[in-house]
Amino acid sequence: MTDPFLQIEHVRKSFGPTTVVEDFNLDVGRGEFVSFLGPSGCGKTTVLRMVAGFEEPSSGRIVIGGKDVTHLKPNQRNIGMVFQAYALFPNLTVAQNVAFGLKVAGVPKPETERRVAEMLNLIKLPEFGGRYPYQLSGGQQQRVALARALAPKPKLLLLDEPLSALDAKVRVSLRDEIRSIQKELGITTIFVTHDQEEALSISDRIVVMYGGKAEQVGTPFEIYNRPATKFVANFVGTLNVLEGVVSDAASGKVRIDSQELSLKGKLNGSKAGDRLSLALRPETIALGPKPGHDASLQGQIADVHFLGSVIRVRVGLGGGVVSLDTFNNSSTPPPTVGERAEISFSSNDLLVLH
Amino acid sequence: MKRAIAWTAFLLGSLIFILPLVGMTEFSLSMRRGVYSFDAYASVLADPQFRETFTYSVVMALFTIVFGVLLVVPTAYWVRLKMPALRPVVEFITLMPLVIPAIVIVFGYIRLYNTSSWLPLTGTAMGTNVLLMFGYTALALPYMYRAVDTGLRAIDIATLTEAAQSLGAGWTTIFAKVILPNVFVAVLSGAFLTFAIVIGEFTLAALLNRPAFGPYLQLVGANKAYEPSALAVISFGITWLCMGLIQIVARLAPKPPAQSH
Ligand SMILES: Nc1ncnc2c1ncn2[C@@H]1O[C@H](COP(=O)(O)OP(=O)(O)O)[C@@H](O)[C@H]1O
Ligand SMILES: [Mg+2]
Repeated sequence: MTDPFLQIEHVRKSFGPTTVVEDFNLDVGRGEFVSFLGPSGCGKTTVLRMVAGFEEPSSGRIVIGGKDVTHLKPNQRNIGMVFQAYALFPNLTVAQNVAFGLKVAGVPKPETERRVAEMLNLIKLPEFGGRYPYQLSGGQQQRVALARALAPKPKLLLLDEPLSALDAKVRVSLRDEIRSIQKELGITTIFVTHDQEEALSISDRIVVMYGGKAEQVGTPFEIYNRPATKFVANFVGTLNVLEGVVSDAASGKVRIDSQELSLKGKLNGSKAGDRLSLALRPETIALGPKPGHDASLQGQIADVHFLGSVIRVRVGLGGGVVSLDTFNNSSTPPPTVGERAEISFSSNDLLVLH
Repeated sequence: MKRAIAWTAFLLGSLIFILPLVGMTEFSLSMRRGVYSFDAYASVLADPQFRETFTYSVVMALFTIVFGVLLVVPTAYWVRLKMPALRPVVEFITLMPLVIPAIVIVFGYIRLYNTSSWLPLTGTAMGTNVLLMFGYTALALPYMYRAVDTGLRAIDIATLTEAAQSLGAGWTTIFAKVILPNVFVAVLSGAFLTFAIVIGEFTLAALLNRPAFGPYLQLVGANKAYEPSALAVISFGITWLCMGLIQIVARLAPKPPAQSH
């Protein structure tokens, strides 16, 4: 990255004897939207809190805009923060909440009022300035929290699972709104979530975390299509995993149950007898041959779920079962359970997980 | 049948509580022979000593409340925020005044702060007033601390604190703008309890020899017939007024935020 705005360098954090974050490294570009994605307890919040200044790293450095802030107090960092529980001040109205940071900064009153109005417009709640937080829905409260965080023009916006407390519909609309506001303001943003769909849909880049470490950093496209580790492959998206044994490394022959696949050039560093996990996304598998698909396996239809536009078919392959998605086609009825079937895929789509 | 028993028990209990009050009130109105009158009250209110001691106690109560709030709110907040493990210990300490009689406290004070000690607070009237305020604060501590701690429990102080910090606020701003307003109702109910305690307190004031309302009540009680009843009714009225104000404040306060969990 040419101009990293936020640099997290070799950051480690332990609470007493337990290490919660291990050697975490990340550069975030100016205006970039980066998500931390991982299961609960993997250290996402802890990294975010170190960036915000609520926790001090046990070692390592955090640099924002070229300035080392590792030991700077949270109220001196000029970072906007949005919490899962909204954390609006219950004794203040919406307008007073949004004005809080401006007041603390000593912004003159007319300027504050102008800015508050601008922020309320931005979150599409211009009429709500006089209300108290308890008079708002969860989604509205979180939008106010976003406005409050953005009002003092922070250099960095941090959001810790801001949508987790909301119901599904609001979650989707607010996530798009957050993304569009972020783009409009061009503010560098870190967004923490345990929801892979959320991360895939709004991020420039995703950091997939597991056990206090960054497993992989990449664009949603890279993370989904080229997962670097077994964990990433399993955590992001649906995945079919077939267990295989290398029978001939040089020609790329892998045995799966009683069938053999030829995977030229994908088995670097393996030798005959090695066990491998081969993974396929449901949408990369076709029922029957398909142009461009150079690999196939024989099986038997185990299950058919008609989901409307998509039909999810499960095919038994001796040892395992793979799910595949086909689009509904009004002239071809779906296969029936028990039928013999061939699945095909491109060996390029096959993920070899070591 | 069960209802009847319950009602009987309730009425009996009420009678035990109310009858003496009624008797006392009736007696306080009977100064003039044959008719009810407020003569006893007039006599009490006309007594300059009543006004002096009452004013003294009200002022002492206000100082005690301010001092108690400044002591208790930051302590309870800090303990909840930074040292949750210490909460039971602090709670135990704040309950001590309930088990240690006021007379023990006051003798401790006199020993520690007498005129020949390192800090001779009892040497001047002002010093003794300060000492008395400390004593009152100790007596009110269990109520004040509990009220404030309960108030703090109702809000997510850790996250609110962090939200304020991320917006640039320092500790003073956080305390004055975020914490105090949100425990205001709790603080007020603690304040009214403190007020009621201080107004009627006898032991500390008497032994420190300050002109407070409690000792005056005792003095009048020992020397007059009808006036003590009138005074008792007045004190009761003040206490009940405090209780009523707690209720009103609790009801008028803004509703708590919709909790997200
Ligand atoms: N203040 C703390 N003291 C001790 N352990 C903590 C503290 N904060 C977090 N942890 C532990 O660190 C781990 C990571 O926590 P967290 O960063 O909150 O995970 P996430 O946000 O990914 O769910 C968890 O196992 C949690 O129990
Ligand atoms: Mg978390």
